[in-house]
Amino acid sequence: MARLGMVIDTRQCVGCMDCVVACKTENDVPDGFCRDWINQRLQGRMPDLRLTITSERCNHCDNPPCVTCCPTGASHVHDYGKVVLVDHGKCIGCKACLASCPYGARFIHPEGFADKCTFCIHRVEQGELPACVAVCPTHAMHFGDLDDPNSEVSRLVVSRRHFALKPDAGTQPRIYYLE
Amino acid sequence: MLEFVTTRHNPMIDPALHVWGWEVPVYLFLGGWVAGSMVLSGWFIRQGRRPGQGSVGFALPWLGLVLLSLGMGALFLDLEHKLYVWRMYLTFQPASPMSWGGWILILVYPFLALAALASVPGDLLARWPSLARLAERVRDPAALRRLGSASVVVGVALGIYTGILLSSLGARPLWASAALGPLFLVSGLSTGAAFAHLIARQPDEQATLLKADNVFLTVELALIGLMLVGLLTASAVHIHAAGLLLGGPYTAVFWVFVVGLGILLPLVLQTLMASHRIPHTVVAPLLVIGGGLALRFVIVYAGQYSHWISP
Repeated sequence: MARLGMVIDTRQCVGCMDCVVACKTENDVPDGFCRDWINQRLQGRMPDLRLTITSERCNHCDNPPCVTCCPTGASHVHDYGKVVLVDHGKCIGCKACLASCPYGARFIHPEGFADKCTFCIHRVEQGELPACVAVCPTHAMHFGDLDDPNSEVSRLVVSRRHFALKPDAGTQPRIYYLE
Repeated sequence: MLEFVTTRHNPMIDPALHVWGWEVPVYLFLGGWVAGSMVLSGWFIRQGRRPGQGSVGFALPWLGLVLLSLGMGALFLDLEHKLYVWRMYLTFQPASPMSWGGWILILVYPFLALAALASVPGDLLARWPSLARLAERVRDPAALRRLGSASVVVGVALGIYTGILLSSLGARPLWASAALGPLFLVSGLSTGAAFAHLIARQPDEQATLLKADNVFLTVELALIGLMLVGLLTASAVHIHAAGLLLGGPYTAVFWVFVVGLGILLPLVLQTLMASHRIPHTVVAPLLVIGGGLALRFVIVYAGQYSHWISP
């Protein structure tokens, strides 16, 4: 079974927010909410400054606390690609998953259920890329099976220095950022 | 220098997580109160108290039914997808403390109802023969003893789960403490004992509850200390989280309302009351009850504010 993940090259990402707009359009994300977003970290001392731009979203963790804490099984690991999804019809809106996510990746949809990035599973199951990856104008975003050693994402992770977000939270995120 | 800019602006998440308002702390407080009342009621019943003797052990289940219903009402108000609440009871998720809690709440009602039923005089049940027969069976000394034991067990489960519910959410470092479950249980016992002391009419029960509450308050103080020591000797995120109560934005409300007015002052007053140096007063039990509520508010609010500080 595939283990889908994402690799994002921070040297190529310019923070244009095309990924954010593509996600909102593709997934009909309501106004005032976002499933993905851009963070900019400016570090150092003048004149030695370093700007890191990261396109962030649900990390579809291998050890997802949002799935563990869900009282109804609405948050679950999907068979296809081990993607973490929410069954809207089972969600009671208790918000335990929002509190359990160290990335703040979830929100309550105006209709009452917990919502977040799905890795555009409806596209991926049809053989397409997630909308954010497909539109990236600098080709900074890569998507594929992290369990396949020959996939583009696996080769990038092996060959380049990279980091994941909040690794010490113990969630084993599946989005890697190339330095 | 670190300058951080984000385009995320999700309600309840940014700038700091605040998904649970007044409803959840109120529910945790009422749930703890019911848990404490069940344990004390069960203990008195196990001690051989019988219905009709005016024991507080048979008044507490009535209170429990009311408080638990109010608590579940608060919990229901907190849900964002209210019409789907029945989904909770179509499954059991063993890894989810909230699922355990949902089922424990359902388990609590019959035990409270049976203990309450036992205290209803037989002539009042004359119009409902089946209820009267059930009450008669529950009033059997052996059955009452078993009911008392079960009330203690279910009460402990209810009380401890309210703390484990929070401590299982590892993304909130302030809640990442094994002491939180016992702390909420003991706080519930303390609240239960304080209120039972207020309404108890038998002097021996009053004296027992007063002494018991002093023990609970002392243990609660020790557990708060253990929780803070545990956080301060853990990783950077946990030290940062403990700082919320030790110099951070929740320091004043925690030390004044929870520790000072909610534990230390009533402990002093009740110690004086127990040694007959001052007369029994409603002030101390009311302070304990207020302190229990303040504890849930501070822990829930500060816990949501705590977060992983690494990028």
